[in-house]
Amino acid sequence: MSGSMAAANGTFDGRIVIVGASLAGLRAAEALRLEGFTGSLTLIGDEPYPPYDRPPLSKTVLSGWLPVEHTALPRFVDVDAEWRLGVPAAGLDLAGRRVHLADAQEVEFDRLLITTGTRARQWPNSAEATIDGVFTVRTRDDAARLRERLAVGPGRVLIIGGGFIGSEVASVCRELNLPVTLVERSGVPLDNALGAAAGGAAARIQRHHGVDLRTGVTVMAMEGDGRLRRARLSDGDVLDVDVAVIALGAVRNTEWLRGAGLAADARGVVCDASCRVFSAEGVVLDDVFVAGDVARWPHPLFEGQLIAVEHWDNAVKQAAVAAHNMVRPASERRPHKALPAFWSNQFGLNIKSVGLPTIADELVVTQGSPQDLHFVAVYGGAGRIVAAVAVNAPLWLDYYQALIAARAPFPPPFDAADAPAEPVIRPAGFPPRGHATHSPTAAATGPGPSSPAPPPEPPPRRAAAPTAAELQDPRVPPRPHPL
Amino acid sequence: MRILVDLVRCQSYGQCIYAAPSVFRFNGEQSLEFDYAPDDALREQVERAVAACPVQAIRIGLPDAPPEEQRVDARGKA
Repeated sequence: MSGSMAAANGTFDGRIVIVGASLAGLRAAEALRLEGFTGSLTLIGDEPYPPYDRPPLSKTVLSGWLPVEHTALPRFVDVDAEWRLGVPAAGLDLAGRRVHLADAQEVEFDRLLITTGTRARQWPNSAEATIDGVFTVRTRDDAARLRERLAVGPGRVLIIGGGFIGSEVASVCRELNLPVTLVERSGVPLDNALGAAAGGAAARIQRHHGVDLRTGVTVMAMEGDGRLRRARLSDGDVLDVDVAVIALGAVRNTEWLRGAGLAADARGVVCDASCRVFSAEGVVLDDVFVAGDVARWPHPLFEGQLIAVEHWDNAVKQAAVAAHNMVRPASERRPHKALPAFWSNQFGLNIKSVGLPTIADELVVTQGSPQDLHFVAVYGGAGRIVAAVAVNAPLWLDYYQALIAARAPFPPPFDAADAPAEPVIRPAGFPPRGHATHSPTAAATGPGPSSPAPPPEPPPRRAAAPTAAELQDPRVPPRPHPL
Repeated sequence: MRILVDLVRCQSYGQCIYAAPSVFRFNGEQSLEFDYAPDDALREQVERAVAACPVQAIRIGLPDAPPEEQRVDARGKA
């Protein structure tokens, strides 16, 4: 098929459809044109807006500094595309080469790129989720609604979930001088993404900034009389709250691919390193590609596991690789092997990470000190360096990025001028697999295209008798050993 | 005008804040925040910020998309 659809310069020249019109979709469209693609291009998006950037939604948009309409992403290339915005894709007919839309229209393609990303995980009790005052933060509309509510100076804000979004929203609430309670069912915030050791530092910082941080606790119920009034916690406490923000992580948008014959499930859409999607029977397809949050792929540095990475940077870089491979001859295919990297701004701190912390079992501070809020922690797994996290020290990360890429042994040399006098190697303290209600934003997700999800790991042994909170809600894990 | 800072590339040198203080700011010591859509009157300042960035993390987008690019919704109505 591709032979008959190549332009004189060897570039594929058929019809390309991109399902998912956010960051990855837009950057792929631009990259296709930069690669010389001159065929027809269609972008399908479920939201009514042209692509916008999500990172500011939980930060400057909520604080009121950035108007939400300013988040539209700039264009760097004229993509000359047809935009079908406001209606989601509802199905894929692989044999018929067409995408079904939710309004029963169809869009035909010769090559398809899937960039449908993720959505906010909703509060499981749908009646409580629709109480006025209960919010999620994923879309521009979500952020605009929550900003409007925060702007009027509500009483206590309850944040359910202490991952990056929950922690960033807590930070903005304190910036706005709003009383805020953050409920996290594991022992520390950022537990899933950075481990309990780093999360312990995050807990200190949140409390220092006046966040009422409740760990080892879940929310059992939310109550209201049309408007949200109170929340009942698993430790028996009852909080008067005006606003609740559900920050329980993201769910991959793969339902529309059910029955389509692709290797796709709740963990994502499986592809090879060139972003070509696997069929459900393990065949690599030459005309269906995937990029961004919804992709699972084998990364050469993290062998033996497919990884899924919900980071801004991955969406940009994987989209560019997918676009290249979609339109260039097979002999020019490239692998997507950029190291995962992300940032978070919260409580006046700049947190940057490179590599894959979630596969680590140990960490050590190599520069600066957590007490001074200026440090680098290096993560080790299976005897080599797998990630580094810098807090208020972004300049130092390039060095560690090179060590990760070189598979350097862990621990690294402690030769920096500001290295601690006596480095302490600690357990990284990631929660056991399968025990979180919200998944980490970058994770190993199983070895092969058709392998089932790995079974949950046994829970850690209890060091002491269970607390009242653990007795009431068995999903509350035992507290980690203090550091 | 529309701009974008690649905050993975950004290393918080802060040169952009000197060049265009109403567009870029630090929240705390190192957390860069920026306005994606500065007023056109600030173009010269923003261009100075782009040039001053030691890691070239700031890009200025094309002029806003022409209306025809955004007119097609899923119902095909203009």
